[in-house]
Amino acid sequence: MSKELIRLIDCSMAFDDEIVLDSINLSIKNEEFLTLLGPSGCGKTTTLRIIGGFLQATSGDVLFDGERINDVPPYQRKVNTVFQRYALFPHLDVYENVAFGLRLAKLPEQEIDDRVTEMLEIVSLKGFENRSISQLSGGQQQRVAIARALVNRPKVLLLDEPLGALDLRLRKDMQQELKRIQQTLGITFIYVTHDQEEALSMSDTVVVMDRGRIQQIGTPEDIYNEPENAFVADFIGESNILDGIMLEDYVVKFFGRKFRCLDSGFEPNEPVDVVVRPEDVEIVSPEEGQLTGTVTSVTFMGVHYDTIVDFHGFKWLIQTTEHHNVDEVIGIRLGPDDIHIMHRSEYSGMFGDYSSYSEEYDEMNDPDLYPEDLSDESSDLEEETAEEGSET
Amino acid sequence: MIHTKRLATPYIVWMVLFTVVPLGIVFYYAFTDSITGQFTLENIVRIQSYMPIFIKSIWLALISTLVCLIIGYPVAYYIAQCPPSRQRLLYLLVMLPMCISFLLRTMAWVSLLDDTGIINRFIQAMGMKPLPLIRNNGAVVLGMVYNYLPYMILPLYSVILKIDSRLIEAAQDLGCNSPQVFTKVIFPLSMPGVISGFTMVFVPAVSTFYISQKLGSSGTTLIGDVIESQFKAAYNPNLGAALSLILMVLVFICIGITRRVSGTEEVAMP
Repeated sequence: MSKELIRLIDCSMAFDDEIVLDSINLSIKNEEFLTLLGPSGCGKTTTLRIIGGFLQATSGDVLFDGERINDVPPYQRKVNTVFQRYALFPHLDVYENVAFGLRLAKLPEQEIDDRVTEMLEIVSLKGFENRSISQLSGGQQQRVAIARALVNRPKVLLLDEPLGALDLRLRKDMQQELKRIQQTLGITFIYVTHDQEEALSMSDTVVVMDRGRIQQIGTPEDIYNEPENAFVADFIGESNILDGIMLEDYVVKFFGRKFRCLDSGFEPNEPVDVVVRPEDVEIVSPEEGQLTGTVTSVTFMGVHYDTIVDFHGFKWLIQTTEHHNVDEVIGIRLGPDDIHIMHRSEYSGMFGDYSSYSEEYDEMNDPDLYPEDLSDESSDLEEETAEEGSET
Repeated sequence: MIHTKRLATPYIVWMVLFTVVPLGIVFYYAFTDSITGQFTLENIVRIQSYMPIFIKSIWLALISTLVCLIIGYPVAYYIAQCPPSRQRLLYLLVMLPMCISFLLRTMAWVSLLDDTGIINRFIQAMGMKPLPLIRNNGAVVLGMVYNYLPYMILPLYSVILKIDSRLIEAAQDLGCNSPQVFTKVIFPLSMPGVISGFTMVFVPAVSTFYISQKLGSSGTTLIGDVIESQFKAAYNPNLGAALSLILMVLVFICIGITRRVSGTEEVAMP
């Protein structure tokens, strides 16, 4: 994972005056597993299609190995794509689907046979050569699609929500499988998904996108631990996002109290967004607590309880392995590394308050859009809906 | 199941009364003597002398069908690529000639192509010799193509319309340039449309008699003309029935060959 392979410079895309991509700058290294992550309509698929050559950016440049490839048609690019819902050729059997690219390249029959056989083995489809596509299950079709792309030994593999149509169990297996294939073959993967778990578990680099813009680029750990704005903090995992004031380096004030933190480099008294992850909050007795609040709802999630706690009218989500009763008064403690400070952004005030859920629910009909925001303090049923929304 | 079966009852009754029973009658006539009413193979044997006409009929129908395919495919492809509003308009334009009587359309060609028809009068007015536009094979093929072209375009259009655009992208992704996208993906996937278009043009073309009578000459007598004359002029329904039967068998063989060659069993109906 060393030298740069693909670079997007100021790429913008507009369909009928609607801006879908807004000056994207992105550098993709060789042999990297890079994921474009964001809600539907954020521009991630558009970015992928520009790299694949199916769309021409309205403005900006695409470089491949240092060469400008804006006008190079898809069939001349050294990239292959695994399409959403696979797009396998229904008139060809499994073998011929995989051999398709090699036959076009006019390779000798023996080499075609060797490579197709080898690739079908890699994706565990040995013995399925003569099956027709319609006889395959979703997971098998998925494997054919991957084999069909990889058999051409592309420098880059583009994957457009490749696991979106599979059920949860199969999706988990295929995630591991894909990661293994990527590491074995040493091919650059550019992966599009709206599933944050998938992005975090598979990627070397995650690119979080929203509204046609890149919100943050970083390793999965960076993205989770050091989100750059309220959108990223909310989209990746659960976050309590509070209004605060950065008094000086390493000291932030919220809820009328000063807290020590590890962040610096802000203006004195700069208004900031404060992120507290639900699993980082330590629950203690009210006397010991830096803040005290009242439990308003508890939901058992298996590994932990989702506990909603009311602090001065602002509700937090706290994840704890201990059960607390509704209406119990509890105290919490936050260590310096439990607090993350972000500059204010256009997203400030939009996310991270678990009290405004029920009103928001009416406004947001599209669960895909901001799935993490749909946590609820009152109803178990709606809580489940929210969880589904974040997983699909 | 029983309920859906009942829905088909009127059609089944219709089929039995007007297709199965008449076919039985044709069968009966084909194997009986016209005078004695005894079983005989004579009618079938006599057909040998009509073989050249059979071959000519099949040949002209094949040519017409191929011309329809060559003209119809690009049209169907173009319509399928248009925005929906224009698609509806073009679809209507293709259908429009079918709203006018088949006889009238053929008669119109006669008045266009005749030695004293519109085209030749124009040519003479320009000071040139009149052209032999009518009463030849070309005129018969022209009449067939003109009359049956919509039956080729419509099934092709409906099949091409359904081809998933992502398959085209996948083909490009795997290295197809535009001609290869067509030959490797679009054309194979439109094969069901080609087959049903082929069938829907070839079958009526091979058995037509009106077109050959009006646009052809004594040299272009087709098997349809012979069958018609056996019933109407020669009063030999037994021979006519035998000819019909053989024609039917030949048509089935032709369709079977086409399907085998194209390797598809599916047939798309518009």
